[in-house]
Amino acid sequence: MELYNLSVRKAHEMLVNKEISSVELTSAVLANIRRVDPKIRAYLTITEEQALEQARLADIRLNSNENITPLTGIPYAVKDCLSTRGIRTTCGSKILDGYIPQFSASVVDSLDKSGAVLLGKHNMDEFGMGSSCENSAFFNTRNPWDLDRVPGGSSGGSAASVSTGLSLFAIGEDTGGSIRMPAGFCNIVGLKPTYGRVSRFGHIALVSSFDCVGPLTQDVFDCATVLQTIAGKDPKDGTSLPDSVPSYTSSLGKAVKGLRLGIPEEYFQEGMDAGVEKAIQEAIHVYEKLGMQICNVSLPHTQAALPVYYLILFAEASANLARFDGTRFGYSSSQNVESVIDLIIQSRQEGFGEEVKRRIMLGAYVLSAGYYDAYYLKAQKVRSLIRDDFKSTFENCDVILAPTCPSTAFKIGEKKQDPLTMYLSDIYVVATNPAGVPALSLPCGFSDGLPVGMQLIGNHLTEELLFQVGYAYQAETKWHKMRPTLN
Amino acid sequence: MDISNDKFPPAIDINTVHYIANLIRLKINAEEAKVFSQQFSQIIEYFQILADIDTSEVRPANENWYLNNIFRDDVIHPSMSRDEFLKNTPNHEGNFVKVPRVFDDR
Amino acid sequence: MRYEPVIGLEIHAELKTQTKMFCGCNADHSSTTEPNTFICPICTGLPGAMPVLNKKAIEQSILVGLALNCYINEINIFARKNYFYPDLPKGYQISQYDLPVASNGWLTILEENLVTNQRVRIRRVHLEEDTAKLTHQGNFALIDFNRAGVPLLEIVSEPDMHTVEAILSYANKIRSILRYLEVNSGDMEKGILRFEANISVRPLGSQELNTRTEIKNLNSFRSMAQATYYEIDRQINLYENGDTVTQETLGWNELIGKTYSQRGKEEAHDYRYFTEPDIPPVHIERGWVKTFSSQIPELPDAKSHRFVDQYGLSLEEARYLTSEKEIADFFEKTVSLSTSPVKIIYNWIIGDFTRQINERKIDYQMIPVTPENFAQLLDLFTSKVINDFSAKEILVEIFNSNKNAHDIVSEKGLLQISDEDFLAGIIEKVIEENPETVKQYQTGKETLFQWFMGQVSKETKGKSDPQVVRRILTKKLRVQ
Repeated sequence: MELYNLSVRKAHEMLVNKEISSVELTSAVLANIRRVDPKIRAYLTITEEQALEQARLADIRLNSNENITPLTGIPYAVKDCLSTRGIRTTCGSKILDGYIPQFSASVVDSLDKSGAVLLGKHNMDEFGMGSSCENSAFFNTRNPWDLDRVPGGSSGGSAASVSTGLSLFAIGEDTGGSIRMPAGFCNIVGLKPTYGRVSRFGHIALVSSFDCVGPLTQDVFDCATVLQTIAGKDPKDGTSLPDSVPSYTSSLGKAVKGLRLGIPEEYFQEGMDAGVEKAIQEAIHVYEKLGMQICNVSLPHTQAALPVYYLILFAEASANLARFDGTRFGYSSSQNVESVIDLIIQSRQEGFGEEVKRRIMLGAYVLSAGYYDAYYLKAQKVRSLIRDDFKSTFENCDVILAPTCPSTAFKIGEKKQDPLTMYLSDIYVVATNPAGVPALSLPCGFSDGLPVGMQLIGNHLTEELLFQVGYAYQAETKWHKMRPTLN
Repeated sequence: MDISNDKFPPAIDINTVHYIANLIRLKINAEEAKVFSQQFSQIIEYFQILADIDTSEVRPANENWYLNNIFRDDVIHPSMSRDEFLKNTPNHEGNFVKVPRVFDDR
Repeated sequence: MRYEPVIGLEIHAELKTQTKMFCGCNADHSSTTEPNTFICPICTGLPGAMPVLNKKAIEQSILVGLALNCYINEINIFARKNYFYPDLPKGYQISQYDLPVASNGWLTILEENLVTNQRVRIRRVHLEEDTAKLTHQGNFALIDFNRAGVPLLEIVSEPDMHTVEAILSYANKIRSILRYLEVNSGDMEKGILRFEANISVRPLGSQELNTRTEIKNLNSFRSMAQATYYEIDRQINLYENGDTVTQETLGWNELIGKTYSQRGKEEAHDYRYFTEPDIPPVHIERGWVKTFSSQIPELPDAKSHRFVDQYGLSLEEARYLTSEKEIADFFEKTVSLSTSPVKIIYNWIIGDFTRQINERKIDYQMIPVTPENFAQLLDLFTSKVINDFSAKEILVEIFNSNKNAHDIVSEKGLLQISDEDFLAGIIEKVIEENPETVKQYQTGKETLFQWFMGQVSKETKGKSDPQVVRRILTKKLRVQ
């Protein structure tokens, strides 16, 4: 087993037992990056020297046997929407090219404190706007399972990286499927935590009401381990939850017999690829065998979830991206300008990609005078109904099972022409963020050689339950153990 | 609480597209305006689904949180030095951020 | 046709919290001349920064709302006001829209006749963050973010005022109250307290509201008065010429004494307000409000009326005294310690005492003289141990050194000379030495009496008891 293919759990064991050192482990991953990443292009920035320095420090810590955490010495990387002190942070956009934050995101600080080793920053759709990583201002990331296909988005770089040993885990961000979809396309585990469970401070905001920072890992155990380190109240984030953080790994291995698995009828009506449907049905079967009660449930406002999601997204993104104006940081137009207004217009014009412009314009439109009630306010009200849908559904079941995406990874360029089509493919993942509930995506099979992902959706703050149910599935199946072969 | 007519307005015309672009400091040419107008109208029409949902008794989700009264104590925490800040500034003069002239006064 | 001005005032007051509205940076931006030193990622709008509400700002805004007789809203929501300007780092200002801190209050002001009261309704009091400071410099502008994010309280009145005197009265009252509550220093020059006037005119007797203009950046009561007078005239003239008033924002040019239009093509104020998603709602429980009610000090109006009852001052005198809390407090303390008549204490405080403070540009909160010492001084004067000339000299010394009044009298030997025989001797000497002047006085130049008083004072180094001198001098100068 190559070192770069080790799970976090296994690597930790070996580090603690002094079978390997962090420097060895990190070097192995860095070597794999050098070899493989030119094909995949998961990384925007690789911080090799810094990583090795952190690995050295981790080794000292490991050798002292003091203050060792499950992530000490473990190499990881983060999506480029998370600020990292002294390291270029672009959010996948030209408008931040050259920006070097002077502070780190709280989750990066937490991971740093735990002794994890930062390898660099992952590619993403510009400002998280996209489901394929084709909207990055720099280059496309490719799906390691088929280099002509997208890895999903917007955390495409992170998913591709974890699936093919370019980092042992990654931190991404999910606004409307951005962790889960690429996790599904790349055959790894991805968690969208409960909104507010993980601090957003230092995360470059897209949709303040929906953004959730979360882990991408090879399996459920690793996912629980990483969440343990990054979850918790942050006084710098006014929306972070004060609830205490339980021990996420203690629920793993507990039997799921008797728990109720809800199958939402609205998610299984049409639009799913045959191969995806087959894999999902087989997964339901596995849970049946494990003794879970399969119940039919209903999320009546499912159709409304897409417009609700996008309307609020457009509105909040248009405000969140107003600070990118070329005056205080980032890209500033070098054209001759007469006034500051011109500088701002030029910088934004040259710095933002087309999808970004489209969305922020729509955002300004839905908020503008005369339209606020019909669009934004209406969306917020229907959002309450969606939230209620989940609340009442969880009175009749413990966990919901759903596909992550109606299809497997599509070809690069296939969906890019029509924005509306791109939006529609998000159908299964967009309801969770307006509702704030957590969702875990896991590999559940293959269709024509491409990974299929399924989601477990839980009630507010039920990550333990999701991990328990996910772990039980992974104990019975081997999908998550499969790795892409790269020639 | 809910207004009686939240019927969606008609398709988004080119003038509106220009108005919006100006609001958020983007520059678009006539061709782009045309494309945006078509795309926007299509997208907005799709969102008509919402108009048919009865929300007369529903409060907006963003005003109905489980979280409230999240405060900070009034204690000074210095956190960024001027040098750190100016490192990223495209243009500065001495210790000020420098921008081209501002034409209309606020 | 007679016209009536219809005026509302918007007041922006920077709150005296230690830190800014949404971050832990020092809020006292006027205490430094070094730009961009009280900054952080939050108040400079860097990517990834997040706002967290300053509890003290909410508390201070509740105090103001209560002092202005407002209803304190149970639920407070913050909103984003979206627009682009280089002094607004996030491209939006976090403010309040639908559910502000307080609403529907009122303030009583004295009408022009100085007798009847008028109520000015207060529409709302809300919290927001201040912008950075922009300085124009030729083809460029320089930005200092020290002020960005400082908590700002906005007090909006209904257009209930109809005279310049009314708005001055209202503005003074608000300033006084803010100082009493210790939430704002009242400094208009430094922009800590800012006023904007919304002005329209209408035919006398009409109840309709005509188009109004908004005058910004009035940084003194004087400019507020002048600008308002000017604008009222300008609008009346327009109507009388058959023209209309355009709704616009105006500035006031102090030098040429005219208002001028500030905005070009307006974007029609499309601020696209929506609820701030990074700040959960604030629930202000009634219990909390009750606690704050009890924390409000006696405010100027109540204090004035009490002074009238307790000290026998006239309402006007009491109002003058209570316009600054520290002065009112100093007065009361002095009264409690001194045996001198209240009227004397009052006169000295509004006279020489205030003069010293103004000349030395002393902050009212840092008066270097103790009421004990001041009371002592006044008592020495009223018991005629020293005369008023010496008393004034001693006051200056007290302000210089806060030395004990008694000690200064001893040191400088300022005991008043009231001894009749001694003074008679001095007077005779002066008379003898100035026969010509005596003749002039006796033949009608009565004003020369003061000159003689002055000479006697000089001879006694200012320590002579003026009443005794006056009596003896009158007698001795009389034609025999």
